[in-house]
Amino acid sequence: MSKTTDLADASAKPTPLKSKLPARLDFWQSATGLFLALFMWLHMFFVASILLGKDAMYTVAKFFEGYHFFGQPYPILVTIAAAGVFAVLIAHAGLAMRKFPANYRQYSTFRRHMKSLRHDDTNLWFIQVFTGFAMFFMVSIHLYIMMTQPHTIDPYGSGDRMVTDWMWPLYLLLLLAVELHASIGLYRLAVKWGWFEGKDAQATRRRLKQAKWAVTVFFLVLGLATLAAYIKVGLDNRDNYGQRYVPSWERQTQAPTPQALIPAAQSAAPDTTAPSVVDSAVEVDAPLASDAVVEPSGQDVGTD
Amino acid sequence: MSTVNPTEAQQPPRTLKISILRHNPQDPASVPHMQTFTLEEAPAMTLFVALNDLREHQDPSLQFDFVCRAGICGSCAMVINGRPGLACRTLTHTLAPEITLAPLPFFELIGDLSVNTGKWMRSMSERLQTWIHSTDSVDIKRLEARMEPELAEAIYELERCIECGCCVAACGTAQMREDFVGAVGMNRIARFRLDPRDQRSDEAFYDLIGDDDGIFGCMSLLGCQDVCPKNLPLQSQIAFLRRKMVKVGLS
Ligand code: HEM
Ligand code: HEM
Ligand code: SF4
Ligand code: SF4
Ligand code: FES
Repeated sequence: MSKTTDLADASAKPTPLKSKLPARLDFWQSATGLFLALFMWLHMFFVASILLGKDAMYTVAKFFEGYHFFGQPYPILVTIAAAGVFAVLIAHAGLAMRKFPANYRQYSTFRRHMKSLRHDDTNLWFIQVFTGFAMFFMVSIHLYIMMTQPHTIDPYGSGDRMVTDWMWPLYLLLLLAVELHASIGLYRLAVKWGWFEGKDAQATRRRLKQAKWAVTVFFLVLGLATLAAYIKVGLDNRDNYGQRYVPSWERQTQAPTPQALIPAAQSAAPDTTAPSVVDSAVEVDAPLASDAVVEPSGQDVGTD
Repeated sequence: MSTVNPTEAQQPPRTLKISILRHNPQDPASVPHMQTFTLEEAPAMTLFVALNDLREHQDPSLQFDFVCRAGICGSCAMVINGRPGLACRTLTHTLAPEITLAPLPFFELIGDLSVNTGKWMRSMSERLQTWIHSTDSVDIKRLEARMEPELAEAIYELERCIECGCCVAACGTAQMREDFVGAVGMNRIARFRLDPRDQRSDEAFYDLIGDDDGIFGCMSLLGCQDVCPKNLPLQSQIAFLRRKMVKVGLS
């Protein structure tokens, strides 16, 4: 790219002489960043479904495997989605990396400048570069697992991954990195493109920055609670590593064993005792419940 | 800005310790070093007054620039406690008694606190062609075309830039990438883009700033916005130009 431009007749030119590429790259850098940041918000809510219980998380997981559309889970859908996100991520990282200090001299110049200036937004940029760099490795691992083992995503599988597979330290660091990076990124998008500027751009900027911190804190708290929830599941389930989760309603329909049904069969009014049988089935420990699934009783109480 | 702190008049004057980064590139024997001067603070003293006092009474070789001492000429910009600012507009009582002064980075050093911003500003102006481009012939006997007062004011708002260089010195991008045009350059383009007498199209402006040394190099760190002593709306102008230039690039 030439540094100097020589324009004798600068007025009224239909197209620029210069390459349009820098404009496009800048646009896509922001567009991919925006996509990823919004994706992360949704992702956080979906993953946090574990806080509402194992069944809730199971439902979300099966939803993304297309169960609610096809009546049967297709984990390959998660693989495809993760591959798509991965592609956007690589594009984003590639575009944003152009802004990294290109060599040690630039890096140390920037650090010196940053220490001397003591300027919030300049510091934030450094955090963004640092977290971006760190995420490149961490997200790659996460997405690779999501792509190759989508069928393991359920409360037990994810809990096992956290505890027995030792993923929790990585998730913890990734969580910190992504929540800082994404909210700073969104703040930067707003000031970069002049969104929500209004009459007083500086007043808006102060509010944006407050909102940015609020968003960071909110998602960090939610993320840490979520992480704790998965770790608890993983700890409780440590002795049954690799076991798939069975939602309570499937246990309800399939758990009743022949013995359990005896009193119901003897009773004159089976309808009234049936609920208590179902209740006790829910209490049954997970391994028993899944055993029951492996050997269906043949007594189909439910619809399907 | 020149209100005297009422409590200051009663209290005994402070003793200021002013450390200055000294270096004379003309003298091969000179090595950059910090030199600390002590000085009794006077009421409503600015750094400009303090520096003149030092030069007059302590060290006549001390180099620094000033012309207007009223924040208009832009020549007294320097790094004050790590941040770029105008010496003539900085009251010492707003600072702690230990003050560190350094020349603006990025620009060619003349000596001590004096830098050649003019040279850089001139080459920037030539590179960005910051003058009105028009093919109309001018008839100086005719009245000029009228301009709406709002538009004239909007142009004037950007025209207020005094080319002090603070924005460039505060810009992390400029520190890393020498050819970056800086906020002062982008503000210039925004100013001529507003001017109806300038007939350049957005495509022509794209040729001037549509690359990573121009608008797309800016990483929105907003150091420029936060140090500009004239409070120019740099953030808004850069964002505005970015939208316009991306539009050219995507078309
Ligand atoms: C994984 C590798 C990643 C790297 C190396 C990376 C790097 C960067 C860097 C260096 C910037 C600053 C660009 C600039 O100053 O112009 C940036 C901006 C941004 N990043 Fe990332 N990032 C990564 C992942 C992510 C993720 C996962 C998200 C979303 C959660 C995200 C969201 C954003 C946003 C919204 C911006 C602002 C875009 C802009 O300024 O145009 N990034 N990224
Ligand atoms: C389509 C792509 C993705 C899928 C399907 C997915 C799925 C999941 C799942 C199922 C979990 C729960 C733990 C586990 O089972 O391992 C999880 C946790 C997590 N994911 Fe993702 N993820 C995706 C993309 C991303 C990306 C791009 C990032 C970051 C930039 C990310 C960051 C995290 C973090 C930080 C956690 C831990 C959250 C917490 O415990 O609070 N994920 N993800
Ligand atoms: S934009 Fe502001 S900081 Fe930059 S040169 Fe002009 S007056 Fe100085
Ligand atoms: S916004 Fe930042 S990168 Fe852009 S010109 Fe201003 S200080 Fe430099
Ligand atoms: S002396 Fe002119 S701006 Fe300070």
